[in-house]
Amino acid sequence: MAVIQETPSPPAPGASQAHPRNSPGDRLSRMLYARPKARLAGLLLLPLGWLGVLYIGSLILLFITAFWTTDSFTSKVIPAFTLENFIEIITVPAYQQTALRTIGIALAVTVLCAALALPLGLYMAKVASPRMRAALAIGITLPLWAGYLVKVFSWRITFSSGGPLDWLLAPLGMTGPGYGTAALIVTLAYLWFPYMAVPVYNAFRQIPDSLFDASADLGAKAWSTVWTVAVPLLKPAFVAGSIFTFSLSLGDYIAAQFVGGKTQVIGTVIASNINLNPPLAAAFGTVPIIVVVLYLFLARKSGALKQL
Amino acid sequence: MKISKALPLAALASLSLVLAGCGGGAASDSSSTGIQVPDLPTASEVGESEGQVNIIAWAGFVEDGSTNPDADWVSAFEEETKCQVNRKVGATSDEMVQLMRSGEYDLVSASGDASLRLIAGGDVAPINTDLIPNFGNIVDGLKGQVYDTLNGKSYGVPIGRGANVLMYNTDHVAEAPDSWAPLWEEDTDYAGKTMAYDSPIYIADAAVYLMATQPDLGITSPYALDEEQLAAAVELLKTQNGLVGEYWNDALKAVSSISSGTVHMGSGWQVIVNLAQGDGGKVESVLPKEGATGWSDTWMIAAESKNPNCAYKWMDYASSAEVNAQISQNFGMAPANALACEGSEANTAHCETFHATDEEYYKQVWMWTTPVEQCVDGRTDVTCTNYQDWTKAWTEIKG
Repeated sequence: MAVIQETPSPPAPGASQAHPRNSPGDRLSRMLYARPKARLAGLLLLPLGWLGVLYIGSLILLFITAFWTTDSFTSKVIPAFTLENFIEIITVPAYQQTALRTIGIALAVTVLCAALALPLGLYMAKVASPRMRAALAIGITLPLWAGYLVKVFSWRITFSSGGPLDWLLAPLGMTGPGYGTAALIVTLAYLWFPYMAVPVYNAFRQIPDSLFDASADLGAKAWSTVWTVAVPLLKPAFVAGSIFTFSLSLGDYIAAQFVGGKTQVIGTVIASNINLNPPLAAAFGTVPIIVVVLYLFLARKSGALKQL
Repeated sequence: MKISKALPLAALASLSLVLAGCGGGAASDSSSTGIQVPDLPTASEVGESEGQVNIIAWAGFVEDGSTNPDADWVSAFEEETKCQVNRKVGATSDEMVQLMRSGEYDLVSASGDASLRLIAGGDVAPINTDLIPNFGNIVDGLKGQVYDTLNGKSYGVPIGRGANVLMYNTDHVAEAPDSWAPLWEEDTDYAGKTMAYDSPIYIADAAVYLMATQPDLGITSPYALDEEQLAAAVELLKTQNGLVGEYWNDALKAVSSISSGTVHMGSGWQVIVNLAQGDGGKVESVLPKEGATGWSDTWMIAAESKNPNCAYKWMDYASSAEVNAQISQNFGMAPANALACEGSEANTAHCETFHATDEEYYKQVWMWTTPVEQCVDGRTDVTCTNYQDWTKAWTEIKG
């Protein structure tokens, strides 16, 4: 009798596994199973907190600061609402020119990167041997391994008078452009090229070879195949790459200081105001944001954002 | 939907900030009527060490041997006073001002273009010079200057000074120039091959040149420019913008440009010349006949310093002849302590190079001073342009 009574009480091996059903973790998982909304909240709490509070939050703070003013003498920020900073940016010719110049430089960098990425992507995806392809892929991403400042400074040396570029061009009776806008465009194109080359190369790989064969069978020459078959299919990749090259160029200021000579860009204006007149710097800082938002709006229409 | 919820919140937040700001209006009004200095107490004695001191300094001012084993005067101080030194290197005067306002630092090595801002902002406290025995040995030319003394109160302990000289590469400039004209005049032989300092305070350099070449403008101090005088300086700087090859604000960048000959001539510091010469660059410098701008640095103590005793100990220690000599030789400037020019051949030679006790030399040098609305040259019939006007003008000049 006693034996019979005792048999259920020692837990069977299987039951001991099932027993922690009442552990806190288990109860939590049951609760989450029952409440899909809580489940979703739990999943997204951390990333959304990061995005909302720190990531976007700092942008909102920047935007609020843009409406403040500074004490003209101590350069302390005074939180009092004013539109003066924005009016100044819109009315002072130097700011307009700087904004337009920066956009122009960013577009030039984008065009240069795209022009280089097209033939390179074609060769890598369709012509090169696997070994060559790997070597080129390493070559393209190699600059990403080095420090930003090191790269910029080596371009500074390259463009210096009597430097490597002058030496290379000397047999042709030419000299390098020296520090200035041209040097800045080349340097920025170097810095951001991988962000254009990689998506373009990937897009090329996704185009079936049969399309090229069909184009050739229909009598198209090599370049008309590229222009009429490949480029339309590559458009989203180019737009995706250009978002990187364009917006990164728009925000850069260190390269401008080192190889830009006296070229003033949005970044250098912000840098020179950030300590003395933070509200003006913040107001000017909204210019690239607006430009990039407009750019993204146009890019969205092309369907390129699906490629990102 | 998330955005529609966030918007009213953001609006509310900004509204409350705007409302909070209304009270601040009075403070900005008072600054426009003159230099209003907050009344802050001065230390009366130096007590026990707090165990640490936090310093913002120019590179080379506070060295513990970690950058260069030969430059170490922090270790001895730490041993002597039991005050651990925490150093933060400041890159520009503007950055230093901003850092001092964070309230985390006890001392700053402020240059003249920053000091008035710090004093008026209530960020630094007046100094009791009785607590700094070495103060007595400071050279006369550095005592009681407009950039660190207000209403009879001293706010800074001088560290050293230097002039913004004309530097040139002898490979390209055969004959030593004696004027700033090649940097300013349109008919210069060096178009595209000159270099200028990249800061609003550089407007004063244009004013110094105008003092000599256009006396009709009536400029008596390059830091006291009324609107008309500022416009003339801006005009001159715009001409220069068409001539310069580049602007510099990083000393090492300036060294690479002048040393390699990318730039033939430019405005610079003596320390840049020394570094370029050290690299084998054929670079010389001269103080042109028109005079020059210059800078003088002082230790200033934070108004709310948490470690005032250690801060005072540091100010006295750094002002002693030996340490002041080390700092000024390491950085490349004239020491503030007259005795720092004695004691060794190196000290004497260094002071010779930097004209440390040559007051005639420094009479031609206009030390950086924050331009303020109350003209520092003593004029009361006009309002002068302030540093923010200068900053705006500087953006305009660079286009």
